[in-house]
Amino acid sequence: MATEPTSPDTTPPGAGRDTTGSRGSRLLGVVTLVGLAVLVVLAFVVTDPDVRIHPTSGEEFGQFDAVRMLYVHVPLAVMTYLAYGLCAVASAGVLIRRTPWWDVTAHAAAEVGTVFCGLVLVTGSIWGRPVWNTWWEWGDVRLMSTLILFLMFAGYLALRRTTGDPRASSRRAAVVALIAVLDIPLVNRSVEWWENRTLHQQSTLGDLKIEDLTLFTLMLGFLVLGMVLAWLLLHRFRVGWLERAALEHSVAAAIIERRAETPTSEVHRAVGEAGDAGTAAGDRS
Amino acid sequence: MTHVGYLIAGWGITLATLGTYALRVVRRGRNLSTRVPDAHRRWLEDQGPEGA
Amino acid sequence: MNVLRTVLSEARLVAARDLRIEARSRVVVDQILPFAVLVLVLFGFALDADHRTLRTFAPGLFWVAVLLSALLAVQRSASVDAADGTGIALRMSGLSPVARYLGRTTAVLVQLLVLEAVLVGGLVVLYGVDVDDWFLLVVAGVVAGVAVAATGTLYGALASGLGARETLLPILVLPVLAPVLIGATRAFDDALGAAAVDGWAWTGLLTVAALILTMVGASAHGVLVED
Repeated sequence: MATEPTSPDTTPPGAGRDTTGSRGSRLLGVVTLVGLAVLVVLAFVVTDPDVRIHPTSGEEFGQFDAVRMLYVHVPLAVMTYLAYGLCAVASAGVLIRRTPWWDVTAHAAAEVGTVFCGLVLVTGSIWGRPVWNTWWEWGDVRLMSTLILFLMFAGYLALRRTTGDPRASSRRAAVVALIAVLDIPLVNRSVEWWENRTLHQQSTLGDLKIEDLTLFTLMLGFLVLGMVLAWLLLHRFRVGWLERAALEHSVAAAIIERRAETPTSEVHRAVGEAGDAGTAAGDRS
Repeated sequence: MTHVGYLIAGWGITLATLGTYALRVVRRGRNLSTRVPDAHRRWLEDQGPEGA
Repeated sequence: MNVLRTVLSEARLVAARDLRIEARSRVVVDQILPFAVLVLVLFGFALDADHRTLRTFAPGLFWVAVLLSALLAVQRSASVDAADGTGIALRMSGLSPVARYLGRTTAVLVQLLVLEAVLVGGLVVLYGVDVDDWFLLVVAGVVAGVAVAATGTLYGALASGLGARETLLPILVLPVLAPVLIGATRAFDDALGAAAVDGWAWTGLLTVAALILTMVGASAHGVLVED
């Protein structure tokens, strides 16, 4: 990929940019942390638990305080879909445009998306235990498709980690990501038919009175987790870019080093130029 | 408050995971930056063969 | 029309070649088939081998055995061309990638159908299963087989040439095939009288899945093999 190898970097340490941070990302980071703090306060202190009175028996029912989990679980789910959607778009870009930017974006989006997806499954399971009385429900459509999405992208990340021609592996990974996203409607349909009732229909957003403070906190959750997603994507993208550059640079540096070791006569001989065939090289280390 | 254990577990795991991941990414960025010439560290400034 | 005819005849060439190789080497018959039967037997041991339990779970156990065996069949199919530079020779041969994909998928499908037939025999003999609806069984088996073969062949090509192919292929393919597993099991539930479900509706879903996966596979295969 490198045309003519350049000499090793002579920038004195500390003079250039030595982290993936920038003024913009640091500002975003601070705002995000403040937002997270506000979200936690709203979710735990300011909002009310979900308590409803049964119309005939007069008993209290509802999610009670477990509803506070939804303020992080639902935004996490939305951000997962955004991240994976970005990965799918970037993967299409890899296949169509083939520039490195699309590839680094796809990888970054997949990795961050998988972290979020794992958290969706964990928070969903923890929420489900007190509300549905089970850690896992096989018949639930959303749970199933999220799990399969997670597994598919775990496979994507494993594929990315294999060694080999980076150009080929970026195209293969792009195909995997696109098929993963296309498979989701199929998964949804089959699980929907599989269990006609889904627990997700029971205590969900549909039942909750989503108004006023609950609505505001949920919206804030979307905003804050959106900022977390943006911050992580930005840094992960920069890391991905650095990884590519480091690989190219190390190849280039190795070429230079090898050239420095080899007398010109042997280089000529190796590439089959006339006049020096059979002449032994001078001494080398 | 009911279900306190679950709430702390859920929120705690979320914040801890996101925080740990963020730290790992930043640390990886720092390590990699030392191995790459400054001109090639950022996409917007990269004058490398492939450009943007 | 001409293009289609060319592609189909090229695909037939590739399929015939793959099947000839199998006829000579007999890897599926000697190794993968026994493995599939072994899986059924292991399930018998693990589930405490009483006929009623086995009859209830037969469809699911059948399709798990098929999926695991299919992984081996696909690995085998992909590795045949990895040796001796035949992969490169194939690419240089001028056969279109779509034809190569369809041919390879057809060969894997034929092997899978043989596998399925033997396993149905296994269900009847080992699990005491009665087949209520042979027609549904065959149609669902063929359609699900197409879906599995199409997906497996694509991912087999995708994972080829990579160091960790054997361990990578399963985790790439199986999640994608989850809806096929669900559908095929439900269709077989109906065909074997194990549960009251609409097997034909599920077979319809399987057909859609098979079509989509084959089309995606054919288009993606060209991209992958370009390198």
